[in-house]
Amino acid sequence: MKTLAFSAILSLTASAAFACETVTLGDLIIQNAWSRATIGAGRPGVLYLEITNKGSTDDALVGIATPAAGMPMLHETVVSNGVASMPHAMAVPVPAGQTVALAPGGYHGMLMDLTAALKEGETFPVTLMFQTAGEVTVTVDVLSMRAEGPDCADAGQ
Amino acid sequence: MRLTGMQKALWAAAGIAVLAYATLLRDAGPSPGFVAGAPFHPTFSLPDETGRLLSPSDFGGKHLLVFFGFTNCPDVCPTTLAEVAQVMDDLGPDAGKVQPLFISIDPERDRRLGLADFTAAFHPAIIGLAGDAAQTRAAADSFRIHFARENDATAPDGYTISHSPALYLIGPEGDWLRQFTYGTPASEILADLRSRL
Ligand SMILES: [Cu+2]
Repeated sequence: MKTLAFSAILSLTASAAFACETVTLGDLIIQNAWSRATIGAGRPGVLYLEITNKGSTDDALVGIATPAAGMPMLHETVVSNGVASMPHAMAVPVPAGQTVALAPGGYHGMLMDLTAALKEGETFPVTLMFQTAGEVTVTVDVLSMRAEGPDCADAGQ
Repeated sequence: MRLTGMQKALWAAAGIAVLAYATLLRDAGPSPGFVAGAPFHPTFSLPDETGRLLSPSDFGGKHLLVFFGFTNCPDVCPTTLAEVAQVMDDLGPDAGKVQPLFISIDPERDRRLGLADFTAAFHPAIIGLAGDAAQTRAAADSFRIHFARENDATAPDGYTISHSPALYLIGPEGDWLRQFTYGTPASEILADLRSRL
């Protein structure tokens, strides 16, 4: 049933051009949310995005939820003494006046127990939970397995 | 503030010392800890997905671009494989002189999930190798790289793997040439390869 509902979400959005939408929640601006396609649902997917805090109070991303995965978590890739590991991140700090990125080689959403394969060209929703600002849902673009960054006209700006 | 000649000399010396120390830190990468000048021929004997056992000498004098990883690694591993794929595309006619290899440090699970499909999704030239535990450990030891299985109740199947995320370049004679640290842009890897091919 869960899978059926999720397929419905995917098919609704499958043909849409990438929104690369910008979502605002109070002082927070969230943009460039993207993921990589997966082969099947047996391996975890990933979530990247950028958060800008235009306010004067610090906030933090403390959790994520999505119908695309049974067990989404925040992780941080750490390369220390030439060894990479990716421990669970309790929170991703979003300091006042700064932009933080969940990006390859750093913080990322780890989408474990995928409901279905993530297919290139599709999108899925992710709800972000902030310590202070509350919750907001963003649309995530699924890019190629080879993607190394968001695929928007304004990417990287 | 005006500096005397002596002060200038001291500052210059301090600057040189800091630079030298920074160079030392940068070059003292933890892996592989080989001695400059000493020949280093890292090796492996691992099966591809069809069961064919492969060693460095089986690649007909190509340069080998070697990466150790696992397919349940959605962040670091795809990033490096995407770089390798870009390099292979950009090499054009010289691509035939370079063999990219993905050595699984999670061989049992990777064989079960399908290693060839995974590497082909990045680039058809990449060969995935997945041996047994002993063959895998022997390859990692030979390359002097680290990997360790870490129990993690929140991870898929209850474990994850920490590993050296660099890319290693082996010459046509099986000689170690250099490593590219994690995050080296494809353009830099390409330029280095072009200078050697
Ligand atoms: Cu992760």
